[in-house]
Amino acid sequence: MKDRYDVIVVGAGPGGSITAKTCAEGGLDVLMIEKRQEIGDPVRCAEGVGTDALLKHIAPDKRWIAAEVKGSRIIAPDGTEILMSSDAAMKDVGYTLERKVFDRVLAQKAAMAGADVMVKTRATGLLRNNGKVAGIKAMYMGEMNDIKADIVIGADGVESKVGRWGGIDTSLKPHDIETCAQFLISNFDPGEYSEFYIGEKYSAGGYVWIFPKGGHTANVGVGILGSKSGKIRAITLLQKFVETTIPDGKIIEMVLGGVPVSGPIERTVTDGLILVGDAARQSDPLTGGGITNAMDAGKIAGEVCIKAKEKGDYSVKTLKEYEDRWRVTIGNEISRSLQVKNLLIKLNDEQLNQLAHSLDDVDASTMELPKLLAVLFKKNPKLLWELRSLF
Amino acid sequence: VNRFKCGYCGACVGVCPKGALELIETWIEVDDSCTSCGICAKICPVGALEVKVK
Repeated sequence: MKDRYDVIVVGAGPGGSITAKTCAEGGLDVLMIEKRQEIGDPVRCAEGVGTDALLKHIAPDKRWIAAEVKGSRIIAPDGTEILMSSDAAMKDVGYTLERKVFDRVLAQKAAMAGADVMVKTRATGLLRNNGKVAGIKAMYMGEMNDIKADIVIGADGVESKVGRWGGIDTSLKPHDIETCAQFLISNFDPGEYSEFYIGEKYSAGGYVWIFPKGGHTANVGVGILGSKSGKIRAITLLQKFVETTIPDGKIIEMVLGGVPVSGPIERTVTDGLILVGDAARQSDPLTGGGITNAMDAGKIAGEVCIKAKEKGDYSVKTLKEYEDRWRVTIGNEISRSLQVKNLLIKLNDEQLNQLAHSLDDVDASTMELPKLLAVLFKKNPKLLWELRSLF
Repeated sequence: VNRFKCGYCGACVGVCPKGALELIETWIEVDDSCTSCGICAKICPVGALEVKVK
């Protein structure tokens, strides 16, 4: 085991692997550690992703595409359906991933680019040199090791510790997290669209999703805003939904997880440390999607690490470029999503129905979410007045 | 922690204001900094956590 690297990446999810791969391709000496013994498993994800955003990073591969998706359908509390995000030529606009395979393939790409990978290796703290982050303390197979590095990347997901150790408060308040439960349901034909059931009827401050997973299966899940969870829990809401909506479905897997929906946090870098992906709370507060944001952020983080190495400066002064770059892209998007989410969770089911019906004479089938929201705002200015700054 | 119910998703670790929780594979560990605030129990998707006041 080596005891010194240029960069150590903590966490081998999509954000970590893209960071490690980018660093390795830039000639840096990089180690990626994963505390679990298996990368990608157990899954904590609904596995839906947009093709455009994903294919910037990786060529499509049948090994990790569980199903191709034609678009999205939103179902209002009264059953009104809004078709959106589909392509006029019926091209695939999204995939449902097989994360167990996807995450491994990404980690393997990082390894093939030259990164060292260690599994069953858990970071337990940071090393410091003159106050600056200078590596990690890591436990591998029950033994403690110090591993030095110029930069530590915290890509350690919703449970992120690296940021906290570095003095960045990443703890999520109950209203900053969606707590989720999902079943992989068999004996069920979900069609070719991802479906989103919205309204208090299904979940308070969250939604129910059905993502086709190929071969008569689908990921069916529910998220509930942490602040509304307690007496009612994600698992009970999901059981209720499945019993009433998919009574013949057979549950062949259970997935649980928490999704950060806080929007951008105050800072994601410090001297010798960068946070990426869910650890940096970069998931989308409205959709809950986090995979491609994490990958985009990982790419930027990797590029900034390469520059830092060239300059020989690993302080905030150099690493701040990461912060600046993700804020104008991912940051702007998730800030908008946060505003929309904060309004939508205040609307009751009747108001949501009203919004859905305002689209009765609109063909939204090829609209993406921002466009659809703009149309909704035009038609319901009073109800959506809070969002006026967005349009 | 009800270890038979816990789905080791780590959501509780993310909301702990004290960083008192850690997830190792399927095992949730609670250290001495826990203040029994109960946020973890509130957000657990399956209700596997219960706070006992010390």
